[in-house]
Amino acid sequence: MGLAAYALALVLAPLLPGVVGRTRALMAGRQGAPLLQLYRDLGRLLRKGAVYSRQSTLIFRAGPVVLLAAVALALLLVPPGGGARAAVAFPADLVVFVALLALARFATVLAALDTGSSLEGMGASRELFFAALTEPALLLALVVVARASGHVSLSAMLGGELPAAWARHGVALGLAALALFVAVLAENARVPVDDPATHLELTMIHEVMVLDHSGPDLALIEYAAALKLWATSALVASLVVPVRADAAWLTALVATAGVLGVAVAIGMVESAMARLRLERVPQLLVGAGVLAAFALVLVVAG
Amino acid sequence: MTSATSICLILVVLLSVGVLSATRLATSIRLVAAQGVVLGILPPLVLGGRVGLHVVAFAAGAIAIKAVLMPWLLLRAMREAEVRREAEPFIGFSASLLLAGLLAGAAFLLADELPIPAPDAPLLVGSALATLAIGALVMVSRKKAVTQVLGYLLVENGIFLFGQTVAGGMPTLVELGILLDVLVGVFVMGIAIFHINREFDHMSVPELKALRD
Repeated sequence: MGLAAYALALVLAPLLPGVVGRTRALMAGRQGAPLLQLYRDLGRLLRKGAVYSRQSTLIFRAGPVVLLAAVALALLLVPPGGGARAAVAFPADLVVFVALLALARFATVLAALDTGSSLEGMGASRELFFAALTEPALLLALVVVARASGHVSLSAMLGGELPAAWARHGVALGLAALALFVAVLAENARVPVDDPATHLELTMIHEVMVLDHSGPDLALIEYAAALKLWATSALVASLVVPVRADAAWLTALVATAGVLGVAVAIGMVESAMARLRLERVPQLLVGAGVLAAFALVLVVAG
Repeated sequence: MTSATSICLILVVLLSVGVLSATRLATSIRLVAAQGVVLGILPPLVLGGRVGLHVVAFAAGAIAIKAVLMPWLLLRAMREAEVRREAEPFIGFSASLLLAGLLAGAAFLLADELPIPAPDAPLLVGSALATLAIGALVMVSRKKAVTQVLGYLLVENGIFLFGQTVAGGMPTLVELGILLDVLVGVFVMGIAIFHINREFDHMSVPELKALRD
């Protein structure tokens, strides 16, 4: 079951940015890009050749590969939803999950710095600053779920005992879900934190770091971003909708619907609010961390 | 634990944190008003089935005063005195958020140790202490006199919550007295802010400290 769901996620992931974009477009009264646009983009990029600057080294070429490998590994640990287990599950894999996301970011940042471009250096600096604030929120929110359900593996804590945990620690889990959602927005460079559609290098955070990548490398980066969005959305979906399904096809349906639902929610957030001023972003992220820590206190004390 | 009461209590604490982290004064005032509404709903919820007429009347009165009258007074004082809209902090927003989180966490851990029976709502004592502490933090960490009034209101709301731990609520007369005290306090402070502003063209607390006879 786990491997089949993993394969499904690998195939369907490029759909997610399309769903988010489509939601934004519909909310704004526009037609929007086709849902399958990212598939076409990936195909087009893969057919092209890559251009490398003479200044860049092996690190620059390795960046996208390490990024995709780390994100694909992280996705292995995520339970698909519908109460099913992930392809790989072991105790304390939630720490490994967060660490793999950090490794992916590390590879991107190194590749960005390797170009020697001042803009990319600036983007890398911002990305790491925000990441340093996002990571505690993400980890704490997951720890709250772990503590509330009594399991330290992602598959187990988001699995069978989650409905009981909601009944016992509903308020704390609600706060944790909120913190997790903010962390997911920040982790995927979505609107209140970063704008994926921005066109000015000075205002970019995440996008500026991949400016020098081209062709297949860019395809790997875009695909990795889609996979990351899928993995983190699946976490939110299985936390918020702890539905158990018995038949395999039903599980797949629930899981996919949950992830797409989170993508629609992200699209709604993006159309409802503007991007925050750069100096206000840390406040949001610290707020999410404090929320998660508060939820942890509630679980421990309650 | 996942009852309407718990959700209301956590909402009260989160609204206090919101008052602390809002960058605009008007937003802070509206958040305090929202907290007043939640606090008004709370006593009937805590009492559960034993709701009498005077409880409902008191809840309506509390909402009217905390959520309508006092915010209106403060917004009016702000407008009349032409206070700048920003809440100027001594302590930065992120730092005060962290502090608020620490205070709230400490409050809930402390509430676990305190031998106060709160049979109907386990989170009641913790929320009361957290609201008190965050109110005090708002008072000491913001420059504007208006925000100090807001901190005072938060502290009062914390005390109001604490009063709910007494089984069956405090005597109505006592609660009404407290409510009236606070109303008069806010009234006087609103007028004082207005007058100070007219005399001195500013109402920053650090500069008021330099006043001598």
